[in-house]
Amino acid sequence: MIANYGYKDGSGDYFIAIDTDKCDGCGACVPVCPSSVFMVMDEDPNDPLREEPVAVVTDDQRKKIKYACAQCKPGGDRPPLPCVNACPVEAIAHSW
Amino acid sequence: MAEEYWRWTESRWTNPDINWKDADIITGGVDVGSVSSQAVVFVDGELYCYGNTRTGSNSPDSAHKAMGLAMEDTGMSLEDLQYTVGTGYGRVNVPFGTRAITEIACHARGANFMYGPTVKTVLDMGGQDCKAIHCDPRGKVTNFLMNDKCAAGTGRGMEVFADLLQVPITQIGELSLQVEKEPPPVSSTCVVFAKSEASSLLREGWPKEKVIAAYCSAMAHRVVTLLERIGVEEDFAITGGIAKNVGVVGRIEKELGITALKPKIDTQIAGAVGAALFGDALVKKERKKKG
Repeated sequence: MIANYGYKDGSGDYFIAIDTDKCDGCGACVPVCPSSVFMVMDEDPNDPLREEPVAVVTDDQRKKIKYACAQCKPGGDRPPLPCVNACPVEAIAHSW
Repeated sequence: MAEEYWRWTESRWTNPDINWKDADIITGGVDVGSVSSQAVVFVDGELYCYGNTRTGSNSPDSAHKAMGLAMEDTGMSLEDLQYTVGTGYGRVNVPFGTRAITEIACHARGANFMYGPTVKTVLDMGGQDCKAIHCDPRGKVTNFLMNDKCAAGTGRGMEVFADLLQVPITQIGELSLQVEKEPPPVSSTCVVFAKSEASSLLREGWPKEKVIAAYCSAMAHRVVTLLERIGVEEDFAITGGIAKNVGVVGRIEKELGITALKPKIDTQIAGAVGAALFGDALVKKERKKKG
């Protein structure tokens, strides 16, 4: 499943997509994020019959993801995003 | 009391062909949303009864009220439910819930039951959020996106407009189609802005139906841009309260160039239906484990 967390407002689309078929819940994305956007859950909340751990974007960050991620997205040259970089299975993508 | 144009009718239904007393598995699903609450009971995998009410200020009370309405005159009581799943905004506050499951999972599963396994894209237009979901033939989510940051494009927004224009909410869709030429849409990113824009249009002398048409098309356009993010594959189904508004549904279909499946039952109960079906699956899973 592709889980899109975030929102769309007048200024643009801000979604973090996690591919739950790739994600095995290893948690590498959790400590590298300076805004603590990610957490690992024991079970996918959107696939209750699966029972495998998976990373999700925390509830309180979903509605302000544009600002939570801002520090890793400076104008001009953008270094690789720590979360995308840390993920060994390339399960994380940003829409902006 | 002034007339409440936003108020929609609460409803309930029982399947007369089912005798639940002989049943093996009875499960409940309760969807406590931000605007409306629904409860359904499934008997051996079949829809037995449902109730659709307005959510009050207290989620546990709303859950009880919805289930009470669903079970009215059925002779059933909460003790008869072997497994109850809560979903929606207030899902963790269902006092008689066995567990809570997200509305994303429940809506996909519910739409799969209500519209059949050919459904690939589900658009849920709820009271306070919008969800675009792709699912497989078993109703499992394969891609989803939810926008709950603002109420533009949701039922609450439509209620605000019903009140402003003094048109009963059930007639808004029809009325919005009575314009000769489609007016430009109002602001689509915020209900409060859209309302103030509509007020000035009324002052300029726009007739009601033209203002409503401008809002319905703004709402349709907004959800279409959301849907385009994940893509639309047929069959396409719309659930939630706005699915009953022909003005919005018609404009979504026109913009997408595809037709949504016609609902056979109340589109508002999709989340609760999915919840009860998960209950059914979880009971079977537990039994299997025990052997």
